Amino acid sequence: MPSGLYHTTYRSSIKRFQTFFVKFWFTLFVMGLIALPLLGFNYILSILINAGIAVIVVLGLNVLTGMTGLISIGHAAFVGIGAYASVILTTRLGMPYYLVFFCAGAIAALSGLIVGIPSLRLKGLYLAITTMAFQFIAQHVFLRWTSLTAGTAGLEVPPIRFGHWAFNTDVKMYYFVMLVVALAITGVSNLTRSRVGRAFVAIRDSYIAAEVMGVSLFRYKLLAFSLSAFYAGVAGSLLAHYSGFISPEGFYMELSIQYIAMIIVGGMGTVLGSIYGATFMTIIPEILRYITSKLGEDYPYFVSIFVYSKGLIFGLFILLFLIFEPDGFYGRWRKIKTYFRIWPYSY
Amino acid sequence: MDFFLQIMVNSIAIGSIYALIGLGFVIIYKASDVLNFAQGEFVMVGAFISFYLLTTFKIPFWLAILITAPAVALLGIFTEILVLRRMIGEPIFAVVMITIGLSEVLRNLMGIVCGPTDYVYPTIFSQSRVTIMKNVFLLPAQIWIIISAWLLVIVLLLFFNKTRVGLGMRTAASDQDVALLMGVSVKRVFSISWGIASAVGAISGVLLGNLTTVNIHMGHVGLVVFPAIILGGLDSIGGAIVGGIVMGVVEAFSGGYLDKALGGGIKEITAFVVLIGILMIKPHGLFGKPEIERV
Repeated sequence: MPSGLYHTTYRSSIKRFQTFFVKFWFTLFVMGLIALPLLGFNYILSILINAGIAVIVVLGLNVLTGMTGLISIGHAAFVGIGAYASVILTTRLGMPYYLVFFCAGAIAALSGLIVGIPSLRLKGLYLAITTMAFQFIAQHVFLRWTSLTAGTAGLEVPPIRFGHWAFNTDVKMYYFVMLVVALAITGVSNLTRSRVGRAFVAIRDSYIAAEVMGVSLFRYKLLAFSLSAFYAGVAGSLLAHYSGFISPEGFYMELSIQYIAMIIVGGMGTVLGSIYGATFMTIIPEILRYITSKLGEDYPYFVSIFVYSKGLIFGLFILLFLIFEPDGFYGRWRKIKTYFRIWPYSY
Repeated sequence: MDFFLQIMVNSIAIGSIYALIGLGFVIIYKASDVLNFAQGEFVMVGAFISFYLLTTFKIPFWLAILITAPAVALLGIFTEILVLRRMIGEPIFAVVMITIGLSEVLRNLMGIVCGPTDYVYPTIFSQSRVTIMKNVFLLPAQIWIIISAWLLVIVLLLFFNKTRVGLGMRTAASDQDVALLMGVSVKRVFSISWGIASAVGAISGVLLGNLTTVNIHMGHVGLVVFPAIILGGLDSIGGAIVGGIVMGVVEAFSGGYLDKALGGGIKEITAFVVLIGILMIKPHGLFGKPEIERV
């Protein structure tokens, strides 16, 4: 806390932007984001769109794992359900997108509810195994229910249309995705400061005490699962319409592990942490791709191992961050800020 | 009736391998309360190492097992010292994620070294079927797998029950403070348990390579064994063996009967549906000890 900053009302103490400097830099950042397409960096736009979609998923995962303490190794299944639901609703039922957006999220939320039901009886490790089992079952359904999902052949996805307005360029998708990301971040940060958010944190820290104090475990655990699945479903819908093509291979266990890597690298339990982690872990494969393509001109070997190097880097990041910095980037940044703030008394 | 018996007999071989892999999980869990999601990757590494030995050096099969097991045991001990020892005392999420990260690292490392191709074992055993009963056949490979797996189980049970080191491990598994007071080095017990579990996993991989192709996604079998160990109870060695055989039988029967009735593809997820069922009804399994939670 910077010196000279005193809160005299509850309202001021839970404000998101507490000092002038934070507001200033944040406004500058937002203006930079808005102005980015006008400067003409189109490749960066696609990276940012993917990062934004990852941010939405990781925000949802953060609500479930970081805030409520329910381990979920199967989040890619929810993203896949949202993606397939969105595609099927737009192409086969012809629903307008503003409805499909919420329906895809709702269908994913429903599946989150189903996965959440075992969570009432299972704790910790056993719940993690259950979510993993659900991931495999969902994977299998994507692959085999060919009448619905066309299996490995995949589905072509039309771009988002609102009436006559089609989001078929990177720039338009960029603004749309950034808008959804802003709404998602607002939603989750409001959640953390609300009664529901405090109930989630109470369940994570000591669920027996929480139940004793009147936090209904049943209701809040199911809420956590459905909410995080809703976020994942919405992100899946955006992902489907941006990529133009979805197939079951895109929603396998590797994707779940990548999301967990993002939340560990960013910092569990915090909104900023999930943003840092998602953007960082989306940018890293792009850097890796650039390096391998550069090296691949001379040594084509590197191009063939690109997929494995990407997975290797994700796994290594999980290991290194868990061993050396379990609070992720957010924790490390906070420690750095605190070090300088209380310098020279930091011992 | 013949079909039924044939499936039953086929499933004993794969069930024995599941029992072995499950043993690997249970040994680590009993010693250090860690569920090693990377056990399937140790199986895969063992299969690859033995494949390399068998094809490049043309050594006999038993020699391949004798070389692979200590090599992978070293890998397991190395992993424990490097990675797991720093995670003692951390919350369960961190430990689960570290083993998942470890499995990712191992799988992608092998992907870089070996590539995505499927490798097929050289034919070691004769291919003629052995008739047990009328119209019920077994391949010699399956018979050898059953014999080796059960031999290994007996060796392990003797180790845990009759040797001093095994006694030390059992003490550490039941109460670490008492074990430390009695002079058992709990750190060494962790290392040994990881070494044994990875060696057992490697031997399972060597045996499994005879039945399926060797590729980097073999590690998936580790996750398929989860229902087996949950059924038996995570901290029960006998439970792992029983669970492994039962899951092998259940999977084979679902493949034989349900696949025909429901049009294919049920076999892979039967294990996971059974897993969810067991977790809902009796999460601590048949022989496991339920945890008592205190506030």
